[in-house]
Amino acid sequence: MIDKRVASLAEAVEGLADGSTVLVGGFGAAGVPVELVHAVLEQGARDLTIVTNNAGAGETDVAALIREHRVRKIICSYPRSAGSIWFEEFYRAGNIELELVPQGTLSERMRAAGAGLGGFFTPAGADSLLSRGKEVRMIAGRRHVFEEPLGGDMALVKALHADRWGNLVYNKAARNFGPTMATAATTTVVQVRGFVELGDLDPEAVVTPGIFVDRVVEVAE
Amino acid sequence: MSGPQLSHTQMAARVARDIPDGAYVNLGIGMPTLVGDVVAADKEIIFHSENGILGMGPAPAPDEVDWELINAGKQPVTLLTGGSYFHHTDSFMMMRGGHIDVTVLGAFQVSQQGDLANWATDDSNLPPAVGGAMDLAVGAKRVLVLMMHTTPDGRHKLLPECTYPLTAARVVHRIYTELAVIDVGPDGFVVVDMVAGLDREELQRRTGAPLTFADDVAVLVPADA
Repeated sequence: MIDKRVASLAEAVEGLADGSTVLVGGFGAAGVPVELVHAVLEQGARDLTIVTNNAGAGETDVAALIREHRVRKIICSYPRSAGSIWFEEFYRAGNIELELVPQGTLSERMRAAGAGLGGFFTPAGADSLLSRGKEVRMIAGRRHVFEEPLGGDMALVKALHADRWGNLVYNKAARNFGPTMATAATTTVVQVRGFVELGDLDPEAVVTPGIFVDRVVEVAE
Repeated sequence: MSGPQLSHTQMAARVARDIPDGAYVNLGIGMPTLVGDVVAADKEIIFHSENGILGMGPAPAPDEVDWELINAGKQPVTLLTGGSYFHHTDSFMMMRGGHIDVTVLGAFQVSQQGDLANWATDDSNLPPAVGGAMDLAVGAKRVLVLMMHTTPDGRHKLLPECTYPLTAARVVHRIYTELAVIDVGPDGFVVVDMVAGLDREELQRRTGAPLTFADDVAVLVPADA
């Protein structure tokens, strides 16, 4: 019998090793799996590479991981936002490495990893400093830059509902990076507002099929 | 800056006039978001937000805010009837893949070839941030720039070449400022509209690259004129 449900947040992030790459969903505050990130904080893994769109704000989630010296490197598109004080402080002091990636490239690199592709050529950023050191090729008369796949050891995703097979539906614009990240990690961990029975999710409306999901944990709001 | 000029709302309304009925439109953060507030009611325009929304509507009433329904600037929005949600990879397929008809972006600088610089300045104190600007700039069918004509201290933003790092090369079609509407033509900047009461020499003085003028330059009337 398949049952991907786990009983606690600690169980959800079990086994995360030092030096891991962790994909963290969310755009701004929408879709950030805050409780799972805090579980990583408690779990204690260090020297992490965090892949996420923003670099956290205030004192919670990714900002708390940075504050507690758990993050060696962040790969993101927009680290600067209102309240991103911990990232900015660590960045200025040279205590965190930043790999800046255009947002669509960030998502597509994870898609490539999840899809078993060796990368792709994109026009986004091909005329910019962000293509420095990368292969650039003319395709259909336009410069394209080669981008490599970006997978993770663990993905932390927030969804609305899951069944015990790990099928997922999301809530509004909190979906953002979740479906792509779920495909791109060795272990995909999802926090949901509620479990539903197998068969309760409309098969036509499942957004992430359970094949991409390893563990689901309920975090009531 | 003294002299005749359009208000931000008037600038946004001038952009909105150029957006055709039925267009799929992505508005950049900052001043471009004003365009959404001033589109004519008789046009059906579908706004796209990079974080996975088509059919984005205006800000909700304060008691109806849902923080899982936000725009690219992380402000709460609503979904219009017929709207849809989708994930980031699909959203950027729409942007890069030429499915968005029009994007309206802010800019630090635009060159006379249509090069766009809107993601980084020469301020090394700020960590760099790019977001979706590069994907939008290369992918939208029409790239419109809405910005002030010069910097607050009077430096040129319309230039022969950008001095700030490029977002994308040769992508901008038209620029809207408080002083003028300017096309990027094969031979450089072409003024198509000018604010009433400004003469051509003064507009050229405030522009860092040579201007030519369309045969029938239209007059923009400021609200307080």
